Amino acid sequence: MWLCASCKPNANGLWRVPKTVMAAETMQLVNYLDSEGIKQVPTRNGFGEGLIEAGKRDRNVIGVCADLSESTRMEGFKKALPEQYIEIGVSEQLLVAMAAGLASAGKIPFIASYAMFNPGRSWEQVRTTMALNETNVKIAGAHAGVSVGPDGATHQAIEDIAIMRVIPHMTVVVPCDSVQTRKATLAVAERWGPTYLRFGREKSAVITTEETPFEIGKAQVFREGNDVAIVACGILVYNALIAAHQLQEEDGIDCTVVNNHTIKPMDDAAILDATKRCRSVVTVEEHQKAAGMGSRVAELLAHEHPAPIEFVGVDDQFGQSGDPMELIDYYGMGTGSIKEAVRRAYARKK
Amino acid sequence: MVVATRQKITELELHANSVRQNIIRSLLAAGSGHSAGPLDMADIFTALYFEVLRHDANDPLWEDRDRLLLSCGHIAPVRYAAMAEAGYFPIEELLTLRKFGTRLQGHPERVRLPAVETTSGPLGEGLAQGTGMAVAAKLDRKSWRVYVVTSDAEHQCGLHWEAVMTAGKFRLDNLINIVDRNFIQIDGNTEAVMPLEPLAAKYHSFNWEVFECNGNDIAEFLMTIDRARKVKDRPSVIIAHTVPGKGVSYMEGDYTWHGKPPNKEQADVALRELQAERERIMARA
Repeated sequence: MWLCASCKPNANGLWRVPKTVMAAETMQLVNYLDSEGIKQVPTRNGFGEGLIEAGKRDRNVIGVCADLSESTRMEGFKKALPEQYIEIGVSEQLLVAMAAGLASAGKIPFIASYAMFNPGRSWEQVRTTMALNETNVKIAGAHAGVSVGPDGATHQAIEDIAIMRVIPHMTVVVPCDSVQTRKATLAVAERWGPTYLRFGREKSAVITTEETPFEIGKAQVFREGNDVAIVACGILVYNALIAAHQLQEEDGIDCTVVNNHTIKPMDDAAILDATKRCRSVVTVEEHQKAAGMGSRVAELLAHEHPAPIEFVGVDDQFGQSGDPMELIDYYGMGTGSIKEAVRRAYARKK
Repeated sequence: MVVATRQKITELELHANSVRQNIIRSLLAAGSGHSAGPLDMADIFTALYFEVLRHDANDPLWEDRDRLLLSCGHIAPVRYAAMAEAGYFPIEELLTLRKFGTRLQGHPERVRLPAVETTSGPLGEGLAQGTGMAVAAKLDRKSWRVYVVTSDAEHQCGLHWEAVMTAGKFRLDNLINIVDRNFIQIDGNTEAVMPLEPLAAKYHSFNWEVFECNGNDIAEFLMTIDRARKVKDRPSVIIAHTVPGKGVSYMEGDYTWHGKPPNKEQADVALRELQAERERIMARA
């Protein structure tokens, strides 16, 4: 039973689960409101575990790494399946192009480096040798977002969703926590196609469980409300859920929260459904506001169902050194910023 | 072992002559494209398709085929003409080069014409993909080889040298890189634009076996390929010295023919010269 402060016993002494948490129960989420009890695990760990599993299931899965096996969490794969591991040093353009060659010969290469370099440095190779060439290469972009923290702006990829989603044939997946990243890694391995899988460095709240379903291209309603639809991806899905809970308590605004983990091909039906129910939308991503997941949602709504929309993300700036959560707050992606965006979106509803 | 009798060489020279004539015809029909590089590589592509490669034109994706990658995609007309000559598709299809709906894109696309193995055009990417294929062949203990054709000017790309280093690391003796050393690129002579020399020494220092040959002498090229295929534990490069625009007098050695096609009058002159050469080859035989 999914219990939280808003679950109350009814007159017969039976516990009643409010509608707002029904979705969480359906999705088999943990009690994310229990800030003491919730586990904090980096999403990259989920990638590492998933890759070993994928490699054992299919010996054609190859790990290729550009000198960052420990920090991208490919190290476990390297130890468990050394004959399926290739180290190529600091050569991110080669990482993609060589993987395209491996894939042409029937392999399923996962290529790992920091998102800033992979795909940040190798965009044209991704476009030509992976996407136009239709090769089954999987980009694992680690350390995405400002939550890389102290490394600073050079290492904080906040444009990567934009440059990947604009390429035809690409699949773009941004899972919300480590458990989902593990499932996404397995799903990406099994599903044919050039793919970008994005994850982060810092520990973040684990909100899904083994039982939570996951399917590429199928958005998930983690909370159901009728006032504003919050569409989020990555580790900020947790912030969105907390913001939604607080908005209910503080303002009586009842939000839907959608985990929009697949940005391409996006689950348009689910986004439209949430938009029609709530009639206003807030998008939340650890990325530039420009051209990312939120922009994809706006493209959809402009065409299919115009509605007020507010964007939570980085506002045309570079990051800097700092603690991860301090940077998330500073660049306007903390719970407080999400709440303000929801209030603006709510006020814009006619 | 490539056995090249005098009669065999003559046959190959006649095929190469047809390939050159068809390059001119397809470029004229296209109205755009590159002339010098395709003409200078006609001998090598002919030798590859008719003598070197393990392949089957009727089963282009045969699993155990050798992989031939054209890294410098802009010289695609020579590959298309050689493929047509070898029976991959009708000669007439060459006249669709660069036209709407064609399989013969201005730069090759694998998805439209799978037998080209890779999509190429953006320079410096072919050897990297070839390295990946060669590693895959080693992992699967397959005997097929990877041949990559590169231009000299694309050796100015950083990615190419990432691949050279990597092929050296993995001792890919199933990988042969054939360099079209014609010394020209769009802006002029390679040594003026960005010097590549000493090119052989560069490859040596990356742990490659290095061969040089006259890329317009089919017999010499075949002997060189034969030596390269015997190399163990390291990749091989063949620096093939070619004459840009080979076979057409007014194009030979002139870098301005790198990126343009002949007009009708120029094409007529070129075809007359090539036909005269064809008759000389036959007379010699």
